[in-house]
Amino acid sequence: MSGVVDATETETRTDRDRDESLATGVFLEAYPREAKVVRICFGVALAALGLIGVFGLVQALHRTGFYRGFVSSADYYTVLSAHGVLVAFVFTTFFVAGLFTWAVTLSLDRPLPHPRLTWTWLGMLSLGTVMAVSAVLGGLLDFVPMEADVLFTFYVPLEAHPVFYVGAALVIVGSWLAGASYFLAYREWREDNPGERIPLQTFMVLTTFLMWYLSSVGVAVEVVVFLIPWSLGIVPQVDPLLTRSLFWYFGHPVVYFWLLPAYLLWYTVLPKLAGGRLLSDPLARVVFVLFLLLSTPTGFHHQYLDPGIAEGFKFVAMTNTMFLLLPSLLTAFTVVASMGHGARQRGGSGRLGWLRALPWDDPAFSGLALAGLMFAAGGFSGMVNAGMNLNYLVHNTLWLPGHFHLTVGTATALSAMAIAYWLVPQLTGKRLRFHGLAVVQPYLWFVGMTLMSNAMHRGGLAGLPRRTAEPQYDQVSFEGVVGTVGEMQLQIAVGAVLLFVSLALFLTVIVGTWLGPRGGQLRVNGDIPEPLSGPESAPRVLDNLRLWFAIAVVLVVLAYALPLWDMVADGVFQPGTPPLSP
Amino acid sequence: MEVHRYEKIWIGISLLVIVGWIATVVFGAVGPGIAMVDDSGGQIADPSNPTESDAFRDPGVYQVGENEYEVYVLARQFAFQPGTSEPIRVPANSTVTFYVTSPDVTHGFEVVGTNVNTMVIPGQVAELTVEFDDPGRYGIVCNEYCGSAHHTMEGTIEVVEQDEVNGTEGDT
Repeated sequence: MSGVVDATETETRTDRDRDESLATGVFLEAYPREAKVVRICFGVALAALGLIGVFGLVQALHRTGFYRGFVSSADYYTVLSAHGVLVAFVFTTFFVAGLFTWAVTLSLDRPLPHPRLTWTWLGMLSLGTVMAVSAVLGGLLDFVPMEADVLFTFYVPLEAHPVFYVGAALVIVGSWLAGASYFLAYREWREDNPGERIPLQTFMVLTTFLMWYLSSVGVAVEVVVFLIPWSLGIVPQVDPLLTRSLFWYFGHPVVYFWLLPAYLLWYTVLPKLAGGRLLSDPLARVVFVLFLLLSTPTGFHHQYLDPGIAEGFKFVAMTNTMFLLLPSLLTAFTVVASMGHGARQRGGSGRLGWLRALPWDDPAFSGLALAGLMFAAGGFSGMVNAGMNLNYLVHNTLWLPGHFHLTVGTATALSAMAIAYWLVPQLTGKRLRFHGLAVVQPYLWFVGMTLMSNAMHRGGLAGLPRRTAEPQYDQVSFEGVVGTVGEMQLQIAVGAVLLFVSLALFLTVIVGTWLGPRGGQLRVNGDIPEPLSGPESAPRVLDNLRLWFAIAVVLVVLAYALPLWDMVADGVFQPGTPPLSP
Repeated sequence: MEVHRYEKIWIGISLLVIVGWIATVVFGAVGPGIAMVDDSGGQIADPSNPTESDAFRDPGVYQVGENEYEVYVLARQFAFQPGTSEPIRVPANSTVTFYVTSPDVTHGFEVVGTNVNTMVIPGQVAELTVEFDDPGRYGIVCNEYCGSAHHTMEGTIEVVEQDEVNGTEGDT
């Protein structure tokens, strides 16, 4: 297998680094077509990230009151919709599709089958993106006769242009076909390799996609069965509670669809970058199986404060959510232990002294490590959200964006940037340019996010609402538990500026590399060493994907059958509302 | 499958945290009596006309017992009725049950500085029971995006001395 070397080879890895054959970028040479697919996916994802950063900066300066000259407060919600839709449907989906194409190809050591299928899903994702994003941006551009100021949650009865819903549906279905590519590649590999363990990266991709198929059905039904006909006037009314429940059926697992690619990197690439290897392949498989089982029957924890849903169903969702902490806590252990192992291979020692031995000047390493560290903080604030009674204090306050800027906004986004430093050279055969900027960039992101996110969390405790253009009112004052509101707003604004600068540095490095000349020695190689404890010690049942998927379906039925029945028993479209403009 | 001793300890601690966290919620429910917003407020068959439904009365404050009040609030683009053009007035040391619904889009109903917070969904009535002990003034904000002037949607609750409230204020 080109991507994996055995133990004896690993010891001479330093020598192989200098090997000219690796210096030109193995992945590109072995799989030129797949490298192109990954490049296209990453290209769209990173372009989306650039727009996300621009909109994010506009929002931060607007809602903190430091500068409101970019857009009116009414148009703020168009910008906010664009920011959210680009994160939730575009950046993440394209990044996942690109990374998983790389991971499946590399770990199965074979190209994706059926090139036409690959171009079909890439085309659907792209078309869906163009439709949804232009519908949203139509709110800012007078010559585009469309609007979709409905944020990324598009709660009924706020109405978006039908093009928005069709675009969203195309992105979802496109992602399903991408998954089909990975499963078909696996099936071909299995015919040639009966009885072998599923390679770890492919195992992670397949379990993630099984979770994704199970959960994205919710939003697909919401959009295709309800919202498209409703926005076209074919169906006069839809039920706001039922549609938002379908949304959140997908809305929690989708965050794992965004996070599991980062987990894949933390498990399979970060240990190597740290100078060592993954401790345990079996535990990595256990973690991904747990995510497949528990990600979906948790959606009601986003609806703790929804009327119309009995408390018992919320309690079930909470229990599942809490147990979903387990795979993340297991990951925290493995990641830190693998980094410790790597540091000791590099000569590090001592209780904390080993930290100094890690390659902190390698932006791929520092980005992944800092992303993991911030995710730990995000995990703790997530536990507060998940506690039903504490949720009263933070629900729909600024605490929530504070939380998910640590998760999707750093765990996913910073991991994506970090891996780009490592993968883009391998995908283009070009040496990373502006290395000095790349070294600084992850730290700048970390500092900016620390400022912005801590202030958002504290603002939430003071009661500041999220999703608001001007969080200041004539009759209402906010008192911080820690710090003043003015100081929080300052930290949010300064943090956002630093994040924007960090993103600009990142894009400079990547675009510069991409446009730069080929050749020269790459600083990276794509070898991934075998784990210390390999798959042979993992119980075979872990690879029984049918079994885990079946259990996941049962858990979903247990958590969702009764509450959904409650909502549809009085009529699928009852109580229903017609579309209303924002 | 071998699991390192440290990792076993870590898994043990993780499970304790998880079970402990669930226990805090159970304690919150049976101890201080924090109930979740649920389906007890009922449904409205025609969401755009809540007052025609048996589940919702005309917006206003109703006294239903000694120190017990019911407050019916309509959240709509972009005001609380009552709450925005006139404050919701309830006496101190009273138990107040809010019934909140929306005739248009989804809203939020958050009493700033307290844990009074609920989604307001067309077709559903959110029911929340609150104890107001001391006189004071509280701000209400809509914390779910509801349209282009969402940020202007606010109101107030005035908790006043017992003798300042004159009976039923319903039908205002």
